[in-house]
Amino acid sequence: MSRRRAVVTAAILAGALVLSACGTNREEGGGAAAGACDTSKGTLVVGLVAPLSGPLSALGLGMQNSADLAVDQANQNCTVPGYALRLQAEDDQSMPAIAANAATRLASDPNVVGVVGTLNSSTAQTVQPILQQRGIVQVSPANTNPTLTQGEAYETAPARPFENYFRVATTDAVQGPFGAQYLVTTAGKKSIAVIDDGKTYGAGLAAAFAAEAERLGATIVAREKVGENDTDFSGVVTTIRALNPDAVYYGGEYPAAGPLSAQILAGGLDIPVMGGDALINAEYVPLGGRVGDLGTSVGAPAEDLESAKQFIADYAAANYVEGYETYGALTYDSANIIINSLVTALGDGDWSEDTRAAVVSAVQATDFEGAAGPVTFDEFGDTTNKLLTVYTVEGDAFVPLETGTFEG
Amino acid sequence: MLSTFLSQVVNGLILGSLIGLIALGYTMVYGIIQLINFAHGEIFMVGSYGGLAMFTYLLPTAIQNQWWFALPLLLVAGAAIAVIVAVLMERFAYRPLRNAPRLAPLITALGVSVALQEAVRVFYPNATAAVPFPKVFVEGTLAIPMGDGIVPIRYTGMLIIVVSLVLAFALNAFVNGSRMGRAMRATSQDRDVARLMGIDPDRVIVLTFVLGAALAGVAGILYGADLGLININIGLQNGLFAFTAAVLGGIGNIKGAVAGGLVIGLVKTLGGQYLPGGTPYDYVWIFVVLIAVLVFRPQGFFGETERVRA
Repeated sequence: MSRRRAVVTAAILAGALVLSACGTNREEGGGAAAGACDTSKGTLVVGLVAPLSGPLSALGLGMQNSADLAVDQANQNCTVPGYALRLQAEDDQSMPAIAANAATRLASDPNVVGVVGTLNSSTAQTVQPILQQRGIVQVSPANTNPTLTQGEAYETAPARPFENYFRVATTDAVQGPFGAQYLVTTAGKKSIAVIDDGKTYGAGLAAAFAAEAERLGATIVAREKVGENDTDFSGVVTTIRALNPDAVYYGGEYPAAGPLSAQILAGGLDIPVMGGDALINAEYVPLGGRVGDLGTSVGAPAEDLESAKQFIADYAAANYVEGYETYGALTYDSANIIINSLVTALGDGDWSEDTRAAVVSAVQATDFEGAAGPVTFDEFGDTTNKLLTVYTVEGDAFVPLETGTFEG
Repeated sequence: MLSTFLSQVVNGLILGSLIGLIALGYTMVYGIIQLINFAHGEIFMVGSYGGLAMFTYLLPTAIQNQWWFALPLLLVAGAAIAVIVAVLMERFAYRPLRNAPRLAPLITALGVSVALQEAVRVFYPNATAAVPFPKVFVEGTLAIPMGDGIVPIRYTGMLIIVVSLVLAFALNAFVNGSRMGRAMRATSQDRDVARLMGIDPDRVIVLTFVLGAALAGVAGILYGADLGLININIGLQNGLFAFTAAVLGGIGNIKGAVAGGLVIGLVKTLGGQYLPGGTPYDYVWIFVVLIAVLVFRPQGFFGETERVRA
């Protein structure tokens, strides 16, 4: 008898605890708006695959926070009728194999409505087929390698390999030549050494740069490769010094580019290093980047965009530990595109895995005014927004130099 | 071009003397207990991170900017932390396996290596990415004009060469001249007979780990000061080079470790410059040389043919 009473008491206590926990949750969840939302149909998941640890974690954490902001706002505004949204961020450590595991985890969840990411083009290559099998839409804010949307023969016979894959970042087929036009035509560098790290992103970007630079009349005096984990570049620097270039273009990411720049100076060459969007990072200068180094990035700097003012204010108000970094606004847009498309696809109906196809078509039909600018997708899933910006290092950070739209 | 050749030689000597400094730890531990301590590269990495932590969190800012004060402190801190980790490693990972078959401590060493790397990755703030290392020596480059160009030598690079050679000579003198050094040599020849002569082998083994780790810790600080950054992969990468250097020189031999280090540095930079394929293939040439040496002189440059013990 006494045992039964204990059980009943425990049950009542537990019930009271659960109720009070719910109550506090509602209050903490953003006041009246969140509490008022109808979430009776359950919780749907927005996935994110990005490097949350490893060398590129600064960029990845900025992406995670920006996507989190978009999901939070959707929950507070009751954007998805009947459902609550949850962000599930998976770490890919910038490694294709780990990204594949992350994608598999997300793909196995029937409640995943779409995936934001990845950061690296090489990780996107392993994530794409896994999400495609389950028909899950993927929107990348940062992949720039052209083959992801247009296939291996993108220059001659573009063909879209994955109908569920989209990106709001323009490609290296645009970014490389955009950098070349600046470096050769505007900055007047005629003799350029090109170095890359051999990864999908770096090698593709360097190739696109070199082709356009040569077309514009510059000489590519050297084509060198370095390892992405290397820290000592003195050998490469000595090799290119003998060829006396007046600029270096580096296809790769800031953890190698920063020290490379410092070692170019230490090796007796006082010439600028230029690179792509993976250089534009707060860590570039602490790792050795120098004043006068250049970088291009997709889109315009969020700080300069009228459309991004609200995003920046909201991000600041949310008190994230890390900054939103280069891809924050684009990630926020990617997440919002998925959420809006989900709303369109759901209509009045209930979520099931069959809804995913409708989400993909809704994303394809996107006509969206995002924080980073207007987004529509072409027949390959690429954004039609070809806005890019050249940055240069002043003091200890990159500052925007000029923003322009790339024209062939 | 002469200036290019000499520049690559300088680059090779800088890298090589650093590798040699790390290789001393490999070679001594092998000489005493025939253990290939694969975690030694991580001791180098931990020394680097440990010194940096001391610098960042304990040194007052006023001192941080005065290199003549900060650098010695940093070197001592890096060596001290490397020594602490190495002594703990010896006590808890290797000593229990002292009389186990030789494969067991080797595998343990690999495990310790991964554990140390992961520990730094998880617990050191921001260590998941490359970490900037403070400039704790004169910045800049000495440019020597050389006919068709210049040969630049980084001041930090000179520091590496000088410190490495001084320490290697000091170690050689210690092992060959001091009482403890004699005990080390005796233990390496025959541990049991050494014990009968009144030597405590455990003390000698700990001393060996301490000396090797101190040198690796110093190397870790010099490496960071030279390149301006460290990441958690530097232990694996440079440890592998150092292990190769120790084998090239004749594992167990102090002069051989330094010579092997210099050979690796020179092969890496000159091979990257002049051999087909360029710098992407420089690692290949290092291991081509290793294979060639093992085929034609398996005991290494300075090694003696291993005696079979009765």
